[in-house]
Amino acid sequence: MPRGSDVFLQNISKIVVFIILAFALYLFFTGHGSPGGGFIAGLMSAGALLLLALAYDIETVRKVVPIDFKIVTAVGLLIALCGGTGSLLFGEPFLKHAFGYFQLPLLGETELHTALIFDLGVYLAVVGVTMTILLTIGEDN
Amino acid sequence: MNNLLVLPVLLPMVIAVFLMFFRKKVELQRVIGLIGGIANVLIAGMIVLRVRSEGIQTLQFGGWSPPYGIVFVADMFAALLVLAVSITGLAVLIYSFASIGREREEHYYYTFFHFLLVGVYGSFMTGDIFNLFVFFEVMLISSYALITLGGDKKQLREAPKYLLVNILSSTLFVASVAYLYAAVGTLNMAHLSQRITEAGQGGVLNVIAVLFLIVFSLKAGLFLFFWLPGAYGAPPFAVRALFGALLTKVGLYAIVRTFTLIFSGDPSFTHGWIAGMAAATMILGGIGAVAYRDIPRILNYNVLIGVGFVAFGLSVSTRDALDGVVFYMLHDILSKGLMFVLGGMLIAAAKTDRLDGMGGLMRRRPGLGWMFFILALALTGIPPLSGFAGKVLIVRGGLEEGMLALSLVALASSLLTLYSLVKIFREAFWGTEPEVQQEAEAIQGRKSKKISKEIKKKRTFDAGLANVSAVLLLAFVIGIGLASNSVYGFASQAGETLANPIFYIEAVLKGE
Repeated sequence: MPRGSDVFLQNISKIVVFIILAFALYLFFTGHGSPGGGFIAGLMSAGALLLLALAYDIETVRKVVPIDFKIVTAVGLLIALCGGTGSLLFGEPFLKHAFGYFQLPLLGETELHTALIFDLGVYLAVVGVTMTILLTIGEDN
Repeated sequence: MNNLLVLPVLLPMVIAVFLMFFRKKVELQRVIGLIGGIANVLIAGMIVLRVRSEGIQTLQFGGWSPPYGIVFVADMFAALLVLAVSITGLAVLIYSFASIGREREEHYYYTFFHFLLVGVYGSFMTGDIFNLFVFFEVMLISSYALITLGGDKKQLREAPKYLLVNILSSTLFVASVAYLYAAVGTLNMAHLSQRITEAGQGGVLNVIAVLFLIVFSLKAGLFLFFWLPGAYGAPPFAVRALFGALLTKVGLYAIVRTFTLIFSGDPSFTHGWIAGMAAATMILGGIGAVAYRDIPRILNYNVLIGVGFVAFGLSVSTRDALDGVVFYMLHDILSKGLMFVLGGMLIAAAKTDRLDGMGGLMRRRPGLGWMFFILALALTGIPPLSGFAGKVLIVRGGLEEGMLALSLVALASSLLTLYSLVKIFREAFWGTEPEVQQEAEAIQGRKSKKISKEIKKKRTFDAGLANVSAVLLLAFVIGIGLASNSVYGFASQAGETLANPIFYIEAVLKGE
C-alpha cells in the first residue's frame, strides 16, 4: 500500500539511510581493532533497509535491492566457508588465517587479514537472514 | 596436519549451502546429496582406519594449540559413531527421495537435512564444551525446521512443544557451561578433565555435573522424555528416522562423553543418578511400547528403551560395560534408522497407522514382513544379529558389579521390545486383510488401470528406492552381528579410551 502523504518521514529517511549504511560500513572495517564487526554491521544495514520499508513500502525495498535475500544468505555462508577452507589448500589446519601489510593507492600502508573474508560472509548472512524474516512476515497476510 | 577430521562436518555444510541456490531443481539436489552422502561414508571409514592404526587424532583449528583454541578430536568412539551416522544418513537420504514429496523437497528439505548432519557430526567430533553447545544448536535448529516443514496440523501442534522444551534445555546448557567456566576456568574438555581431577570432584562440581545430566537427558530422552513420543510422531517418516536414529544418540553421546571424561571423579554419586534414570526410562519405555496400539507410538517408545539401555551401561562403567555401550550405540543408530524406515513403508502399505485396521500384509509385501521380523529380533538382541554383543557386555558388566535388579530390568525391557514389535508383526502381517482395506484396494485396482503409465512408473521407482534404503541398513544390522568379533576389536579400542580418560587428555593436550 503506497503511503504518499508521509513527506517528512520519506525525505528524512532518504538522507538517514545513507548515513546508517555508511556507519555500517565503518563498523564492518573497524571490527578488528575496536568494537564492531560483521554481525553488528549486518544488523545496521538491515536496519537501514527496514527504515526504507517503513517510510515507503516493501515494494520499494525490492526495487532498491532487487535480489532474493535467501540467495544473499547462501552467498554469505559460502564466502564464510571459503574464509575457513582456504587454509586447507596451503596444507594448514582448518580456519588458519593469514595477514600482511599492503601499500594501497588511497589508504597507504594497510593491514589486510583473511579474517575479513569470514566477516564479509557473516555480514551477508546476517543481512540476508534479517531481511528474509522481515520481508516474509511483512508480506504475510 | 589432520584436516581429514573436519571433512565430515565441512562436506555436508558445503552441500547444504550449495543446495540453497537451486531449490526448484530437485533432481540435481538429490544427485548432489547422494554423492556427498557416499563420500562422507568413505571419509568416515578413513577416519576409523586411521584412528585404528595411529591412535587418537586431533585437529587444532587455526593452529591454536589447546586449551586456547578449538580442537576436533577423533577417538575410536567418536569415529565409529560418525561412520554409523554417515551410513544411516545415506540410507535415510535415499528413503527421503522415495517418501518426502516434491512440495517439501522444493522448500529446502535437503538443505535442512544436511545442516542437521553437520550438527550431529560436529557434536561427535568436537573437543570443546562450548563448541559442543554450538553444534547442538546447529542440529536442533535444523530439526525445528524439519519438524515444522510441510505445516500439517499435527506438525504445527507438536512443534511448539518440541521447540519450547529444547530452547529451555539449551538455555540451561549455556547456564551450566557458565557455572563450569566460573568454577574451573576452561572450556576444552581434556583441560576440564585435568582441572577437575586436580580440584577433586565434589560439592559445587557435583551440582554442575547433575545440571549437565539434566540438560543432556532432556535432549536424549533419558527419563525426561515427556516431549518425545508426541514430537516424534509429527513429521514425515524420513524425518522421524533421522530424529530417532541420530538426535537422541547425540544427547547420549554427550552424557557418555561428559561422565567418562569430565565428571568421572565421583561415580558413586553421579552414576547412581544415571542408574536410577536408566531404570525408569527402560520401565516407562517398555510400558509405553506395550500399551499402545498405533505404530508411531510403539516405535517411539522403543527408541526410549534403547536410550535407557545405553545409560544403564554407562552407570555400570566397567571396561566390559563401556565396550558394550560403544557396541550398542553403533547398533542402535543403524537399527533405529531401519525401524523408522520400515515403519514408514509399513504405514504406506497399510494406509493407516492403527494396528486395528491392519492385517494380511504378508500376502502383498512378504519382503517387508521378513525385514521387519529380522529387525524385531535384532532390536531384542537375538544372537546372530547386531543387538546381541552390546547387550551381553552391558548386562554381564551389570551382574559383575552386583546390580542385579537393574540387570533384570534391562533384560525385561528387551522382552518388552520383542513383544511390542512382534505384536506389530503378528497383527499387521498375519491374519486376513480387513474388508474395508480390500474394498479400498479393489477400488484402487480399478483406478490404477486408469492411472497413467508415468505415475505408475514413479510409484514403482519410489518403492524400489525405499527398499534400497531398508536393505542397505539391514545389511549393516546383520553384518555387524555376523562380524561381531572384528567389530568388537574396534569397540574395545573405543571402550579403552572411555575407561582411561588419560589417553584422551594426553592426546589432546600434548597434541601432534
